[in-house]
Amino acid sequence: MTAHSLLSAGSLGPARWVNSLVANAGFALAWAAAAMLLVVLPLIFKSDSAIAVMCIIGVSVVFALSYNMLLGQAGLLSFGHAIFFGLGGFCAIHVMNAVAASHAPVPLVLIPLVGGLGGLFFGIVFGSLASKRGGTIFAMISFGLGELVSSAAPILNRFFGGETGITTDRSALYAPFGMNFGPQIQVYYLIAGWCFISSLAMYFVTRTPFGQIMRAVRENPERLEFIGCSTRRVRFVAFILAAFFAGVAGALAAINFEIMTVSNVGGNQSAMVVLMTYIGGIGYFVGPVIGAVLITLMQILLSDITAGWQMYLGILFVVVVMYAPGGIAALFGPEGMAAQAWHSPRQFVLVMPMLLTVVGGMLLIELGYQVGLKSSDGPIRVLFGIAVNSRSPLPWLVGLALVIGSFCGLRFATAPADRMPAVLRELTGVPHG
Amino acid sequence: MLQLVTFSILNGLLYGMLLFLLASGLTLIFSMMGVLNIAHASFYMLGAYFGFQIAKEIGFWPALLIAPLAVGLIGALIERYGLRRVHAYGHVAELLFTFGLAFIIEELVQMIWGRVPVDYRIPAGLNTTAFTLFNTSYPTFRVFILLIAVAVFGLLMLLVTKTRVGLIVRAALTQPRMVGMLGHDVPRIFMLVFGLGCALAGLAGVIAGPVFVTQPSMAGVFGPILFVVIVVGGLGSLAGALIASLLIGLVQTFAVALNVSIGTVMGAVGISSPPLLLDELWPVTIAQIAPVVPYLLMVLLLIFRPTGLLGRRM
Amino acid sequence: MAETSTAAALRLDDLHKSFGRTDIIRGVTLEVKQGERHAIIGPNGAGKSTIFNLISGRMAPTRGQILLDEKRIDGLSPFEVSRLGLSRSFQITNVFPKLSVFENIRCAVLCAEGQAFSLWRNLNGVRAINERCGHVLESIGLADRRETLAESLSYAEMRALELGLTIAGNAHVILLDEPMAGMSRTEGERALELIRKISAGRTLLLVEHDMAVVFEIADRISVLVYGEIVATGTPAEIRANAAVQEAYLGQAAHHNGARP
Repeated sequence: MTAHSLLSAGSLGPARWVNSLVANAGFALAWAAAAMLLVVLPLIFKSDSAIAVMCIIGVSVVFALSYNMLLGQAGLLSFGHAIFFGLGGFCAIHVMNAVAASHAPVPLVLIPLVGGLGGLFFGIVFGSLASKRGGTIFAMISFGLGELVSSAAPILNRFFGGETGITTDRSALYAPFGMNFGPQIQVYYLIAGWCFISSLAMYFVTRTPFGQIMRAVRENPERLEFIGCSTRRVRFVAFILAAFFAGVAGALAAINFEIMTVSNVGGNQSAMVVLMTYIGGIGYFVGPVIGAVLITLMQILLSDITAGWQMYLGILFVVVVMYAPGGIAALFGPEGMAAQAWHSPRQFVLVMPMLLTVVGGMLLIELGYQVGLKSSDGPIRVLFGIAVNSRSPLPWLVGLALVIGSFCGLRFATAPADRMPAVLRELTGVPHG
Repeated sequence: MLQLVTFSILNGLLYGMLLFLLASGLTLIFSMMGVLNIAHASFYMLGAYFGFQIAKEIGFWPALLIAPLAVGLIGALIERYGLRRVHAYGHVAELLFTFGLAFIIEELVQMIWGRVPVDYRIPAGLNTTAFTLFNTSYPTFRVFILLIAVAVFGLLMLLVTKTRVGLIVRAALTQPRMVGMLGHDVPRIFMLVFGLGCALAGLAGVIAGPVFVTQPSMAGVFGPILFVVIVVGGLGSLAGALIASLLIGLVQTFAVALNVSIGTVMGAVGISSPPLLLDELWPVTIAQIAPVVPYLLMVLLLIFRPTGLLGRRM
Repeated sequence: MAETSTAAALRLDDLHKSFGRTDIIRGVTLEVKQGERHAIIGPNGAGKSTIFNLISGRMAPTRGQILLDEKRIDGLSPFEVSRLGLSRSFQITNVFPKLSVFENIRCAVLCAEGQAFSLWRNLNGVRAINERCGHVLESIGLADRRETLAESLSYAEMRALELGLTIAGNAHVILLDEPMAGMSRTEGERALELIRKISAGRTLLLVEHDMAVVFEIADRISVLVYGEIVATGTPAEIRANAAVQEAYLGQAAHHNGARP
């Protein structure tokens, strides 16, 4: 994955030193470029809405990266990770209000740390229960813990604020250098900075001995015990680290939205981070980042255009689980579809049926919503400039034909060579058997 | 007081048996295939909606027959063309598949029937009073649900213990690979079991729909409780699922009926004043914390007895 | 013959293990001397893997004691037993599939060096660890496969890695569970040489079916039949032992369903 592994075929002493120098240089360059990008982004996308979106993405990135520490690194599938996001955020928001009220000289930039510590505390409390097991049992325990917190939250009004939640005013805190973080652009740089630091920290964790052991726990938890390491302790430490960074993300959300509600610890928040991380790709560090960006953009941009954006999200997720389990990052990785297509360009012929399947699917879904949920808007739906009547059978048939036809075409084209007729073989360049 | 207890027992048993209808299917699927079907409550929801639609078009009694079959068929197809494929990628992928499925089904239901609860009515023939006790009448439909649930439970027991298919299923419950080596078509058995589990869930939906509100969030309400039942009862144990279902059904029903505040309960135990930071809990009634009770139970069990009440396969 | 001292490296004292009502291990008393190469042989179902599971902490005995360097280890968890200096290999290869060969060994070394929870050093920069991994790789003959994913190795290479994981730590008592299983003649000869090399300076307890290997490498042999030791002695003594012959030949004559 790194230059180090590519170059370390030989085992000469000086060569190894050079290898690690090159690897370190490459690493430093990549992260410097990322920092540059974060600084420059608001200068490219200047509008208020763009900056607001980027703030939300920043929060999601930290959340998703924290989740991948559990899933991608330690192999623990959690359905209740939002409780640390939410609890950290609530801790942060209460501290913000306390600090503002008492005029203590605590600057806003330190508040995400409060969120992290809050997440850490609850991570220790719940982690001691959850780390007893792995696998499916862990998934269920995490689910149960998530429901425990989200069903208890509406009752504990003082901490969770009941129906209305807890609000805050970020500009009421101590403001050194006149930066009171009222304007969104200032919030962007705070979030971007914390996002960068958190990502870097989480990346470092993967490059430490503990990171190696985490991956061992994912691969073979039993064998790890026999080589002298307590699987339970490893899972516990991974759990609390993930909880810490989730808390940081929660605090960033509290700062950004100036409100925290019960839904921030709820099942939907937990579900979103699972979707983001897995679709982005759990096998690569950058995977969750991709997922966070994509899903947040989908959420914000698509929800205006179509009522079915969550349906699309769900289908995308299931398609990834079934056909691309490495996520989007893997598609563009060394063994992914992109690399394969690069080596045999005739694979591009598969792009067409894929596109047609997607178009057909979209048509059917939009029609479905027009007939069902949005039937009060009338039967006509304008898709890409074409007015489609959901009450007439024609668009339905077109949609079905596109989906079924292209899907079959895809299966046909990717079937083993000995099952394909000669003509299709010619078309896709598969050599004669 | 006696009235409260009696009706709580009746309702608790009803709720418990419904939970068991769901939990039995889930346990069967998990025991045989090692897959925890997160979408199980979603099939329950599908059953309710199918029941509603068919009852509206044709009638309740045809719905009672057709809806579970339809849900079971859909489940079998999903197993054949979806789950089976994902099986090769490991347990995490299987879990995520069923998770995504739950997500999609919820969206689908909202797309077709909308976000507002649908008016799934108790059929006219059953909309009467079964009996009157302590001046309160108990509806016939609830008795009907109880009867159906018990009947299905009995049939299930018969199927599993007395038939050849049941024997194979029981064998596959403990030694799936061995059963395959004996020449049985294990993939087909899996498909049938998955379909059966989903059909059971769908049946629970058809009969529960008129009583518990039929709305898109019903899967989200029943789902987590279902997993608590499984954890408490012990994975892989049908008897454990039964005990846990009834236990949780009764406990929650009693909790909901208790309008006494926590402060009163604590006072009775000897704790007269609330500890620091928990004083806002004192006036809260047991009924208000009823939703939390199953999860507390699960947490306690996980601390003290992780294999559940009767579980053996962990 | 390897140098032995009077202290026992590993002692099993009236060990019993039952699963429900089935008694698998019915009173095993065994002493493995320091630096000795000790083999356990016996018919299938005798309980050899169970003994290993009991010693390494995978299971707790129903009755009896297990002593490592005269310290009780029965009932301890596997990682605690490993920390005390006892390491085992598995009959069915049990490595970390999606980690490279080098990373596999590195995990074992990290645990042995107490660095498993180190969160403040760059993994690739810890020279001492990486060098030690290199040495282990060379000793098991997988130095040129260091970047290969464990799941992509050939069967013999995987068995070598399995061995590597067992010796990469600081264990002075090594349990090998059928290390030759499934190997061809050449692979087996290489494996035997490897075992000889790695058992130098360590105590070795070996379970093996291949009699040629056992008689070649073992200083002493114990014979386990239906959960009991029927004989212990040098290879020559065992070969001549009437009870042993009965157990093996009798077993072949009327094979009556050994327990798994």
